[in-house]
Amino acid sequence: MSTSPRGEEREQRERRLEEIRRQAQEHALIPFPDEHENSFEASAENGYYGMPLLKRPQWTVEIPIYFFVGGAAGAAALIAAVGEISNKDRDLVRDAQWLAAIGGIISPALLISDLGMPSRFLAMLRVFKVRSPMSVGSWTLVAFSNAAVASAVLGELRRRRSIPGVPVLTRVSQIATALTGLVLATYTGVLIGATAIPVWNEHISSLPVHFATSGLLTAASILELKGHDSEALNKIAMMAATLETVMGATIEMRTTRVEEPLRHGISGRAMRGAGLLSGPVPLALRALGMLSKKNKPTLRRAAALSSIVGSMLTRWAWIKAGHASAEDPRVPLQLEPPARSQKDESLF
Amino acid sequence: MSVTAFLTDSTLCIGCKACEVACKEWNQVSNDGLDWRGFSYDNTAALGHSTWRHVAFVENTAHPGQGGNAPEAFTWGMLSDVCKHCENAGCLEACPTGALVRTEFGGVYLQPDVCNGCAYCVVACPFGVVERNPAEGRAFKCTFCYDRQKDGLKPACATACPTESIKFGDIEDLREEAVRRMNHLHSAGFRDVHLYDPQHTSVGGVHAFFITRGDPRAYNLPPNPEVPTSYLRKGWISAGIAAGLMLAGTLFAFYGSNHE
Ligand code: SF4
Repeated sequence: MSTSPRGEEREQRERRLEEIRRQAQEHALIPFPDEHENSFEASAENGYYGMPLLKRPQWTVEIPIYFFVGGAAGAAALIAAVGEISNKDRDLVRDAQWLAAIGGIISPALLISDLGMPSRFLAMLRVFKVRSPMSVGSWTLVAFSNAAVASAVLGELRRRRSIPGVPVLTRVSQIATALTGLVLATYTGVLIGATAIPVWNEHISSLPVHFATSGLLTAASILELKGHDSEALNKIAMMAATLETVMGATIEMRTTRVEEPLRHGISGRAMRGAGLLSGPVPLALRALGMLSKKNKPTLRRAAALSSIVGSMLTRWAWIKAGHASAEDPRVPLQLEPPARSQKDESLF
Repeated sequence: MSVTAFLTDSTLCIGCKACEVACKEWNQVSNDGLDWRGFSYDNTAALGHSTWRHVAFVENTAHPGQGGNAPEAFTWGMLSDVCKHCENAGCLEACPTGALVRTEFGGVYLQPDVCNGCAYCVVACPFGVVERNPAEGRAFKCTFCYDRQKDGLKPACATACPTESIKFGDIEDLREEAVRRMNHLHSAGFRDVHLYDPQHTSVGGVHAFFITRGDPRAYNLPPNPEVPTSYLRKGWISAGIAAGLMLAGTLFAFYGSNHE
């Protein structure tokens, strides 16, 4: 005995009956409902029933978070080293060092969480392969983490008592942290760029710059939120936000189908939001802060907050775009559009 | 011990999936359900961590004299897809642990006891072959039956194939065989057969080539697969520029602001 469907489904099916009757009256022809419109055949024009050719990235959400944390930590190490050398602000150097060290501790934890168990991270250190950005990155991270923690601890020691050798060691470890930090903040762009995912490898020349900018922006913003109001941090953030604005605009202007995920769908919306939050929004807030002395600290904080959220969203949007790109077989198969529904075009 | 290859010939495939079954049984690959995918007689849809041979079903319109018992019917194009065992393999280059290695037979072998599940090979394969098993975290793909080859045996799929659609042997012999077969098919009137063996791209040739009925793209075989290491140069140059910009910007910010 079959039972009649109820509720939502019932209504849907009733509507469909109405629709069939209307179409039969109007055209004497009943087209398939929407969901069948995009069903494919297997052919030279469609590929294999529109099935994805590439595999989607299988990283967990820890990976974009790691990109964010690692980028900020690497940039913080740079700020610490340059601050130290230029003899500007002892407290700023100290906090930047700690930011680098904390990032250096959280980052491996995030990777381990993606891999499932600590021993799997150690397997990364079995070999060193120059041609694998994953290998280069893992070794860089280990070197960075050690140097960052060492320089933070040595820095504290130096503050408290004068032990011969400690100041020199502090400086050396600071510079080592900054150098590995530069790699840490940029290699992630190479990591995802040197893959088969079309939207990533298409952008391999801009990804490292994008990630570096967003890392620097995050580090400066976090230090500002910590209470530092040095002009240097404001300058760093202004320059980074300007570059973010330029990159956001560039992405908006590229309209090839490889880049569809950067402008459409969830990843497109995230990318646009990320671009606004880390580019024009903080830029405008900081400019306003320059005009009104009274509100300057509040505006700077708001700008910093917006930048941090924007930078996190940037990493997530790039990963999400990779997912969308892997799912679209048109690019690797070099098929002519339109194979997919163009409905999304109207969203923005 | 010679360098070996697969020649998979879709004109001989009868879609029985004996290769899929034999592969799963020999390699003890987990069951992944028997759901029809809604297109033709395919139930595995694509290669993955639990599917190392995938029989694709393409429905071609019939041409007179080329099968099909009625002009309005279609003919089957069936092809058993497999890891290509690339000459320049993206997965192998990307692997940070050394789990992926080149065997003495020229195949690309993933050592499951070394793999740490970083999933970088997954995005490095231009054919979408290797996949991380979400249940236990490591990546898996066709082993080219490395164990059987070491014992002088043919891979399980080639052994089980009842029509010799899957041929296995010395790579040079099979390349010659492929040309011979193509000539034969052409002279028999099959004008829509293609030999798929991407030697013209950075992948530099494969150890699993195919004769397809119809355009290879209908079977999701990419016309110009590239090994992702070919983008590395550009990437590291850009990383260098990015690092330079960071350094220059930070130096400028600190030395350019003197009012402390
Ligand atoms: S087809 Fe993919 S998994 Fe197989 S060897 Fe080539 S890159 Fe590796």
